[in-house]
Amino acid sequence: MVNFIIDGKKIKAEKGTMVLEAARSNGIDIPTLCAHESVSRSGACRLCVVEAKKGKRAKIVTSCLYPVEEGIIIETNNERVMNVRRLVLQLLLARCPESDVIQDLAKQLGVDPQPRFTPDGDKGKCILCRSCIRVCEEVVGVSAIGFSCRGADKAIGTPFSEDSAVCIGCGACAFICPTGHIEMETTEETRKIWGRTFKMKSCAVCGRYFAPEDQLKYISKKTGVPMKELAVCTNCR
Amino acid sequence: MKKAKVEAKTKEIVKKHGRDKTSLIAILQDIQEEYNYLPKEALCAVGEQLEIPISRVYEVATFYNSFSLIPRGRYLVEVCAGTACHVQGAFNLMDRLQRDLEIKRGETTPDNMFTLEEVRCLGCCSLAPVVRIDGNIHPYLTQDGIPKILRNYKTGVTK
Ligand code: SF4
Ligand code: FES
Repeated sequence: MVNFIIDGKKIKAEKGTMVLEAARSNGIDIPTLCAHESVSRSGACRLCVVEAKKGKRAKIVTSCLYPVEEGIIIETNNERVMNVRRLVLQLLLARCPESDVIQDLAKQLGVDPQPRFTPDGDKGKCILCRSCIRVCEEVVGVSAIGFSCRGADKAIGTPFSEDSAVCIGCGACAFICPTGHIEMETTEETRKIWGRTFKMKSCAVCGRYFAPEDQLKYISKKTGVPMKELAVCTNCR
Repeated sequence: MKKAKVEAKTKEIVKKHGRDKTSLIAILQDIQEEYNYLPKEALCAVGEQLEIPISRVYEVATFYNSFSLIPRGRYLVEVCAGTACHVQGAFNLMDRLQRDLEIKRGETTPDNMFTLEEVRCLGCCSLAPVVRIDGNIHPYLTQDGIPKILRNYKTGVTK
């Protein structure tokens, strides 16, 4: 067990716990966008910054990637931290002016759009956190999407911006995206994502359309469970 | 370009590097060397051979400026825009090259001879301003020196 302090509160946590988790399980809230429990961490959004004080040195760190240390003193909302966090939000706001999630966060922290950061008009709501890529690779296991280019041109998409042959239409990327950048249109029988239209399968028992056929085929192939057993939705199983 | 041919060549290059994931960049460099750009068929073949998802290969291929996903001309003309060359007027050289080659930065001439690109420091600031063509450094270049140099490449005097 490691003993340390967050916002004046004495806290104990397992070695290897990140400051973010230690804070949250003790009722201390730290805003985040990119940290998600299902995928590995990227530390991309920088919203979770806190100050970590060790001896005489106090530095700004991302709490989602900073493991707890014996005797460390963490402050999650002092003036220095808030200044950094507000700046991060100003930049995020300039990149994704249309994102309601970022707008809400900005409102909460009293951040206004800054004239010195010209808003982007072509980035959509994507903050380049890589969560969608990670879930597609680490959880789903098909790696259908990725970034392209770098710097100002960096963008999320399928390779060559073409329809992906490996995408199974599961929608995990759209689900995990913190800002709702990925568009997914689901009607009864079809689901549209990344430019492809997937046929949905209806449950053999209740008739409800519940999953894309390609996803069921993929699950069947991966787990060895016959397609027949997968033809029934989770409610009817 | 024949798909099968590109795939065979790619296989050969991959084999030379020992089908190792960590050799991805070296393999892409060899493919770029071979074709002057990275054909899509080659990228897909590399992914298959190395068992790397094509989305990851595409990330790497688009990340580095030295890789090109569109065909480049026979000669790559790189105008240095590093600090030293910039203050020595590299932008004038770029202007002149765009005019003489009748293409814009990043484009390739219709005869597939030249591709014009801007690069950051080439590492020879004392020779500023420099333009690198097909790997050859042309030092202390002036606008007036450009036509002759281009002619020499075109006619094969410079190889
Ligand atoms: S699309 Fe969403 S999840 Fe993917 S990188 Fe952009 S913000 Fe992150
Ligand atoms: S939550 Fe820590 S950097 Fe995004």
